[in-house]
Amino acid sequence: MTGGTAFRDVPRLEDPPLLRGRARFVDDIRAAGGLHAAFLRSPFAHAAIRAIDASAARALPGVRLVLTAADLNPHLTETRLKVALPSPAFRQTLDRPVLASGEVVHVGEAVAIIVADDRYIAEDALSLIEVDYDPLDAVADCVAALADGAPTAHQGAPHNLVGDFTLGFGDPDAAFASAAVVVRETLSQHRGVAHSMECRGLVAIPDPIEDRLTVWSSTQTPHVARRMLCDILGLREDQVRVVTPDVGGGFGPKLVFYPEEAAVAAAARLLGRPVKWIEDRREHFIAATQERDQVWDVELAMDAEGRILGVRGEMIHDHGAWTARGLNVAYGAVSAMPLAYIVPAYRIRSRSAVTNKVPVTPIRGAGQPQGVFAMERLLDRAAQRLGLDRAEIRRRNLVPADRMPYATPLKTRGGMQVVLDSGDFPQCMAEALQRADWDGFRDRQEAARVQGRYLGIGVANYVEGTGRGPFEHVSVRLEPSGRIFVATGAAPMGQSTRTMLAQLVAEQLGGDMANVEVSAGDTATSPLGLGGFNSRQAVMAGTSAHVASIKVRDRVLQVAATLLEASEADLEIAGRAVRVTGTGMQVTLAEIARAAAGLPGFALPGGRAGIAAAEEVVIDPMTYANGSCVAEVEVDAGTGNIAITRLSFMHDCGRALHPRIVEGQVLGGIAHGIGNALFEWMGFDDQAQPVTTNLAEYLLMSATEMPHAISIGHLESPTPLNPLGIKGVGESGVIPVAAAIASAVEDALSPFDARMNRVPIAPHDVVAAMLGDAAR
Amino acid sequence: MSDVLHRVRMTVNARAATIAVEARRTLAEALREDLGLTGTHLGCEHGVCGACTVLMDGAPVRACLVLAVQAEGAAIRTVEGLAAPDGTLHPLQQAFADHHALQCGYCTPGFLMLAMAMLEENPAMEEAEMVERLSSNLCRCTGYAGILAAVRSVMRR
Repeated sequence: MTGGTAFRDVPRLEDPPLLRGRARFVDDIRAAGGLHAAFLRSPFAHAAIRAIDASAARALPGVRLVLTAADLNPHLTETRLKVALPSPAFRQTLDRPVLASGEVVHVGEAVAIIVADDRYIAEDALSLIEVDYDPLDAVADCVAALADGAPTAHQGAPHNLVGDFTLGFGDPDAAFASAAVVVRETLSQHRGVAHSMECRGLVAIPDPIEDRLTVWSSTQTPHVARRMLCDILGLREDQVRVVTPDVGGGFGPKLVFYPEEAAVAAAARLLGRPVKWIEDRREHFIAATQERDQVWDVELAMDAEGRILGVRGEMIHDHGAWTARGLNVAYGAVSAMPLAYIVPAYRIRSRSAVTNKVPVTPIRGAGQPQGVFAMERLLDRAAQRLGLDRAEIRRRNLVPADRMPYATPLKTRGGMQVVLDSGDFPQCMAEALQRADWDGFRDRQEAARVQGRYLGIGVANYVEGTGRGPFEHVSVRLEPSGRIFVATGAAPMGQSTRTMLAQLVAEQLGGDMANVEVSAGDTATSPLGLGGFNSRQAVMAGTSAHVASIKVRDRVLQVAATLLEASEADLEIAGRAVRVTGTGMQVTLAEIARAAAGLPGFALPGGRAGIAAAEEVVIDPMTYANGSCVAEVEVDAGTGNIAITRLSFMHDCGRALHPRIVEGQVLGGIAHGIGNALFEWMGFDDQAQPVTTNLAEYLLMSATEMPHAISIGHLESPTPLNPLGIKGVGESGVIPVAAAIASAVEDALSPFDARMNRVPIAPHDVVAAMLGDAAR
Repeated sequence: MSDVLHRVRMTVNARAATIAVEARRTLAEALREDLGLTGTHLGCEHGVCGACTVLMDGAPVRACLVLAVQAEGAAIRTVEGLAAPDGTLHPLQQAFADHHALQCGYCTPGFLMLAMAMLEENPAMEEAEMVERLSSNLCRCTGYAGILAAVRSVMRR
């Protein structure tokens, strides 16, 4: 007896208000007496600040407050954002300031905040602040940053090395000594920008009567934001509420707590009035965190049969100018590299370099696309050397289904062993190849070559760590109105989290999703929460919702049995009532809740008060999703244009709670991956000055770039790690796409012996490769 | 900066509206701030993403690039005006829900208004032109397949 709402395509709860223009994003929140903030940002990648004169800005009519670091810091109990995830690999501490003082270290770093009657006036005032900058040498490149004698990104820093760790197991040197074939490549993936269509933003609303502060923030991590605001403003938890309105996409950067959030909240407290700040797109380009610049120098050892013996090498990761999250992206990249395959010996040294660029934190994929790119490019190279089909070399090395669960020698960043819990990687790749007609491709390719057309095909496999623990909070309550209230620390940003939770709760409690109210991402309704990142919310919050709902269900049946004088075994919850099966007898959920709410002097049904359960189901190990992507491309010999003629994607995220939403997540990730492979280039000049700061210069995928022929298939290998058998899916699509496309382009250009070791691949790169330019 | 306010009379979703704005105020700001129609979203404020698309005398415009004073005498339509007076979703809105054409939904109003203009101009638009037209707006969540399917489903061809 279930509600029939889980594991199927029910209508999304989120859709009606979004479609009617009645949703509430952070910029839609209007507080009475609200003021507007703008930030003065550094125009230099690296400069000393000699003096700041804000007097003219302060004198502008309509300006209410101008704060530099010198003005703001006396009001703060903490002037730096201490957000770094712990790691023994740190080599220096780089906690960023709320506002820069003395030195700016990237273009876009906030130097002052202006609060005015409206945003127009605030921006007028920005131009009236005079800052005396003394430009310093900038560090624009992560490899050069670590060279001897390189200028330092921070004045007075001993060097530009912020993190240094080696991840490894087995004896790679012995493996290489005995190898039949060794291939070595230098590979890189490029820094990009997340570009949620809604930029960041917050509204800070002080309540001077109760000395409290409500912050509406477009954040992925409201509970972290509250903790940070308490630390920085010297407030108690009960004084600060952080709540997320509708969030217009996140993709990673909104999981970070930012200087702007601290400065706006502080300004609102100082003024005693609400203050709103909405990031504009240019600010998103220079102040929201970015990701992916990594340079890998790696080699792969194979035996004569094409079996992996070992991997070793070095990777340099661009950390940006501050530690805005940790060494997690570098760690995630190096951890992801070997995961899909049996790799007996492995050693990668990863060094994170400080540069004078926007700080780096996870963007959809979080290092995993880079690790997969490195592994897959090396496998292609080895296949070439051994004369093996690229699919065949992978087939020989994928972790086979009969080895599951497969305990790898790797450890997570928290020190727990990485165990691949379930999946059939060879089957997954086989189905992707079949969808792509891999075996028929050589005929298609040859036929096209006769016509002077260049087709290519490529394949890539990935394994993704999902469901980052240790928990997510969910409470489920039945109230006397008969309505079911669900509260969670999970923070939706477009993944249908409310629908997902309502599905699971309704599944246990009558099947009427319209009777379920979900409060997500609100510190006032959930005492604990970690939030949205790492493809975790369906796994972690979904599991807590499932377990809490079963407890509530048991309690509902217990009370109903008392009221109906029936056995619990004869009861069923249907819609908004509990009935005795096969009879007309029933009692409504409202009546059950009222009975459980108690009457003075009367016994409670079941001897307990209320109908509620709260869960923080703890699941430490991550559950590993996997997939395979095959890209087929046509390269235009004249223009260098790369058209993706066919893209076949098989993935396995365990049981699909809502197949259509799962497919939507995969598709969105694929689009992001194509952008990373072909279009998205965040340019900086040699002084780390960004040169792509609008969406006309930085190319996002549009409808015309999306391949018409996309085929997505699903395997379902339920994980044993949670009772629902589900794995995360939010980041899966992006991970293998760049690797598969690079492989396909290289295949198309095989007559030119081209090597595609870097993404994005632009048309001019293709033309250069065809002209035999050895630069690539 | 200017203290001079300009009176702008227009119709918004078939209702008369009069506002007083600075010359530099964008139509998007006027709709959102002066008229409370927050369904029109700003995504880039430089005319590329199309999130702020509204219809001005039937044609799709970027409300971030149109000054409010330019809307004097114009008929403006926004996402709030799409559903029937009784609240029934327009078939295009329903198609977006049916085809999972939205995830976070931030770009959705702009796509709906863009597609409305396409439907009104040529309800039998060919596939290639439909895709080309829809490529004028950006979405980061969906990969566009759902949006294309939704608009395709209401085209009469």
